[in-house]
Amino acid sequence: MKGAEAIIKALEYEKVEVIFGYPGGALLPFYDALYDSDLIHILTRHEQGAAHAADGYARASGKVGVCVATSGPGATNLVTGVATAHADSSPIVAITGQVPTKLIGNDAFQEIDALGLFMPIVKHNFQLRSAKEIPETIRSAFNIAKTGRPGPVHIDLPKDVQEEELDLDKYPIPAKVELPGYKPTKMGHPKQIKLASSHIFKAERPVIIAGGGVNIANATSELMQLAELCNIPVCTTLMGKGSFPENHPLALGMVGMHGTKPANHAVSESDLLIAIGCRFSDRITGDINSFAPHAKIIHIDIDPAEIGKNVRVDVPIVGDAKLILNNIVSNLIKISMNNNGNREWVEYLQSLKKSCTPKMDYSDVPIKPQRIVKELMNVIKELNIERKSIITTDVGQNQMWMAHYFKTHFPRSFLSSGGLGTMGFGFPSAIGAKIAKPDFKVISVTGDGGFMMNIQELGTIADYNIPVVICLFDNRTLGMVYQWQNLFYGKRQCSVNFGEAPDFVKVAEGYGINALRITNPEEIEECLKEALISDEPYLLDFAIDPSEALSMVPPGGKLKNIIDPITEHPNEKVICFDEIKRRFLEKGSNKNENALLEELSESEKDEGIKV
Amino acid sequence: MGSIKSEKKEKNNETHTHIISVLVLNNPGVLQRIAGLFTRRGYNICSITVGSTESPNMARMTIIVKGNDKILEQVVKQLNKLIEVIKVSDLSVNMCVKRELCLIKIHAPNESSKSQIIQYTNVFRGKIVDLSQESLTVEITGNSDKINAFVDLVRNFGIKEMARTGLTALMRGPKILKSKKS
Repeated sequence: MKGAEAIIKALEYEKVEVIFGYPGGALLPFYDALYDSDLIHILTRHEQGAAHAADGYARASGKVGVCVATSGPGATNLVTGVATAHADSSPIVAITGQVPTKLIGNDAFQEIDALGLFMPIVKHNFQLRSAKEIPETIRSAFNIAKTGRPGPVHIDLPKDVQEEELDLDKYPIPAKVELPGYKPTKMGHPKQIKLASSHIFKAERPVIIAGGGVNIANATSELMQLAELCNIPVCTTLMGKGSFPENHPLALGMVGMHGTKPANHAVSESDLLIAIGCRFSDRITGDINSFAPHAKIIHIDIDPAEIGKNVRVDVPIVGDAKLILNNIVSNLIKISMNNNGNREWVEYLQSLKKSCTPKMDYSDVPIKPQRIVKELMNVIKELNIERKSIITTDVGQNQMWMAHYFKTHFPRSFLSSGGLGTMGFGFPSAIGAKIAKPDFKVISVTGDGGFMMNIQELGTIADYNIPVVICLFDNRTLGMVYQWQNLFYGKRQCSVNFGEAPDFVKVAEGYGINALRITNPEEIEECLKEALISDEPYLLDFAIDPSEALSMVPPGGKLKNIIDPITEHPNEKVICFDEIKRRFLEKGSNKNENALLEELSESEKDEGIKV
Repeated sequence: MGSIKSEKKEKNNETHTHIISVLVLNNPGVLQRIAGLFTRRGYNICSITVGSTESPNMARMTIIVKGNDKILEQVVKQLNKLIEVIKVSDLSVNMCVKRELCLIKIHAPNESSKSQIIQYTNVFRGKIVDLSQESLTVEITGNSDKINAFVDLVRNFGIKEMARTGLTALMRGPKILKSKKS
């Protein structure tokens, strides 16, 4: 058997169902082996799309997503997607082709140091040097990707290794792999769990921050138990959205820079902060010195390096969130914790929450994004697909509007690029999510900027007829940058306007995809319904108000210091090519063309003399 | 309470030199992985030595890092996260044997300077490893202080070239670095 076939066998052994990829020279043996396999291969239109799709697949399903790309440019195109998965602890295995081992280091055609390139953005990576390493390496790669704190693993696969003969009987796929340097901790320390329980028992103003780790650990029901048992309000990070139903009376919404007022106040005024699977990024804490100033902090995380990295922690607990929460809950039941202790605190936060219910039912033209979010929630409810829908967002204003206004109730139903903030993530990750959960409605909410970064994947959903619904928040503006320039750079808008092109409806139609442009808020509901019921790929191009912006905490500011946005219509002047040409020619106008030519020939003469 | 906390904080902020011993799998690229971690996270390496160990598939790196307790804690934790790292240990300064090797080529154009350097070398238990008309090369081993002292001593003769290996170290006593599992 050839190495390439062994790889396919090893992937099948890992129960891989689908591969997102893009072939190329250094991967020809792999693709040849794929020809005889039952593995589904989704050909994306760009390697970045493949990486994001594998990531979306992993986030939606909890299984390992697989993407492949060829050597050199294929590998570099994967980088953004792999780094995105790394920042959000998403388990993917990325395979890149490589030039034959004999040519490595010779600057061969399409050669790049993929091992070095991926090293800082993966949990681990391998370069295969011989086919007999295949069975163990692939097994290790999947094991590393999905256990402990999940993350991407990269395998660099030279072409000759794919072609080398391998006897799988001699080098079988091992049932278990031993990695001497890799033993993730699962069980939390019982002493710390006890200590945490007693802190929770005593606390008067406790609050939980639920991060992405709760979703990853499938610990949502344990989180609910803890919150309800002890009457503890819950706020989430962006990655933690869905870990706690946002229609629950104890839910406070998102915390941090773009967080809600009740969530930010709760954290700032609490006497006990229970952080679960979150890494206290700068977007959560703001000014670190005024973050939760009165609170003792319990930090539960599977990655010991996250504890004490950004904030001081009083009770660190390393391990799996599900197991630890379970232990804490049973401890608290033992010491008969009742849920009346924090009543005043919860009532205070709930009244705060009521007082800042956001206005959503605008009927303005151009459409306000809040209205679209509202209609989207209503339609999902009406069609009774709350449990069977997945939202992916892009990065920027669309992401924050969704995080802020869209109520998420179920884990793995709100996928967003949190850590790396990758524009272009939303649409291709929706493709992956739809493949992972074919019976779910998958809605890609995106801005026009991020959508255009991977717009080529329209070809993928058209070809495979993948019924993803794209909700395009189209304001022809890089809204988040515009918002920051207005607030922090004296309204000096620079390079944030997109102008009129393209006509997204025509683009979609060019791919044979249904598309509607919606300019009237009264049409939103009907169009959403049409798209969601159709079971076909759909692009809904909402013309939204470009001046709309969100209130926020300034970077490095105190969480309670939420400032209002400046909402003015973007009015940046865009210069056109004719103007650029005029300026360039003007600069050179003291030299006429003949003089330039003379200069050129003289410099040639100079060179001639040198030679 | 506040004062205790701030005292503690001050203590934590003091910069110390730490000797970190890292047992790693001897795979291609492992040095880049470790060095890359330090660059990426903004930690400074004062010196790093790498060499084989009692086991052929493992290598030992001895890394000297300057930083406060918080940085050191992160360095150790981040190193531990690497799959190829078997064991990380912060060797406390007193509880380990540490050695550095230094080769120094010293300007010595005449007999009197030569004999003087040879004397100094003997006092420091070094070795003359090469000799020419106008220079001497000395090999000297010990901890960094000893080598610094010797270097200061011979500086006036004129140091033509010098190569130091950086510190390598092992724990005193019967304890050894073992894999994370055990």
